[in-house]
Amino acid sequence: MSDEDRAPEQPAIEQSPENLPAPPGEISERGRRTGMFGASGTGDTSGYGGLVAPVIFPGTAQRPFGGWYDEVADALDTLIADVVIHRGEITFHVQREHLLEVAGKLRDDPALRFELCSGVSGVHYPDDRGRELHAVYHLTSMTYNRRIRVEVSVPDSDPHIPSLVPIYPTNDWHERETFDMFGIVFDGHPALTRILMPDDWPGHPQRKDYPLGGIPVEYKGGSIPPPDQRRSYT
Amino acid sequence: MGIEDKLPSGVLLTSVEGLSGYMRKASFWPATFGLACCAIEMMTSGGPKYDLARFGMEVFRASPRQADLMIVAGRVSQKMAPVLRQIYDQMPNPKWVLAMGVCASSGGMFNNYAIVQGVDHVVPVDMYLPGCPPRPEMLIDAILKLHDQVQHAKLGSNRTAQIEELEGDALQALPTSEMKGLLR
Repeated sequence: MSDEDRAPEQPAIEQSPENLPAPPGEISERGRRTGMFGASGTGDTSGYGGLVAPVIFPGTAQRPFGGWYDEVADALDTLIADVVIHRGEITFHVQREHLLEVAGKLRDDPALRFELCSGVSGVHYPDDRGRELHAVYHLTSMTYNRRIRVEVSVPDSDPHIPSLVPIYPTNDWHERETFDMFGIVFDGHPALTRILMPDDWPGHPQRKDYPLGGIPVEYKGGSIPPPDQRRSYT
Repeated sequence: MGIEDKLPSGVLLTSVEGLSGYMRKASFWPATFGLACCAIEMMTSGGPKYDLARFGMEVFRASPRQADLMIVAGRVSQKMAPVLRQIYDQMPNPKWVLAMGVCASSGGMFNNYAIVQGVDHVVPVDMYLPGCPPRPEMLIDAILKLHDQVQHAKLGSNRTAQIEELEGDALQALPTSEMKGLLR
């Protein structure tokens, strides 16, 4: 970076280069979120009505990835669909057909030894057609002190992912939670039932299209609608 | 005039209601029912600094069968509601419920799909305590006000008459939706 295009009052940039905005071309936009609580039209009264947040995905990384990233990538090689390095963290995108094999290798290969899987998180991208639901696994190698992320994406119409419980037993309740909140079905899970919501609950609350709910609150002199149905001040 | 004139000194007269209320209020046995951050304040109230022992109720029972006061300390989720009701049903009569904090009283800040909007949808509440969370002094104040209610509780036919009177008043009362004035 030359001296001209650097703002003089930003010494933090060279102190923390990982906090720089990603260069154009490295990210792609998959939709756009506005406001809060799903209120549309006149916006809500939360003060976030004018908020516009693009849903951005970082671009694919090219070899060499650098450091131990290449060792892990070489060991998995044909099983991974995509590698993303963003903010200094590596993510392996894996097809669901290969997930069990990938997880088995990551745990058992003496050169990898990812002993700890801290669970599975769900993400819902309603505008990412054909890959609406993502499951993200965070893995840690205690032996080598390495951390990676494994991501599997499935369409909303066929939300099936093989369960990792046979390989990482601690994923049991995490997969139940992701099923409960996002509706991702983990095939092969010993007892895939709801864990947070009541058993007979309809829908999956953490999906973007799930309404917030709530009731109007009555005061003397008027009633306040729930947050997702409020109008703006005019 | 009556029997009062003939009493020797040191003998007091009272009603059965007054005596039973006095006994009941002085030995509350609260059930531990901490659901969220309010529970921390409830535990502090039982500790040495705020010292609920002064009012004869420092021992929180883990079994609802030995308790007669349920302090609902925290937000009640839809999934917790049947559990709460079962615990209430297991408590022997007479029993009282104190909704501690705005979440237990009305849903509070959690106006959404997951939280019961006030624990009075599930169990009858005798005392509402606002605050987020209320300080131990506020909890003790609410308990003392509940003591006062218990002291003056009516029994038998008096209670039946009181219920009818309260019911009549409630039917006459103006609903909140028809009240006019400032938003408060």
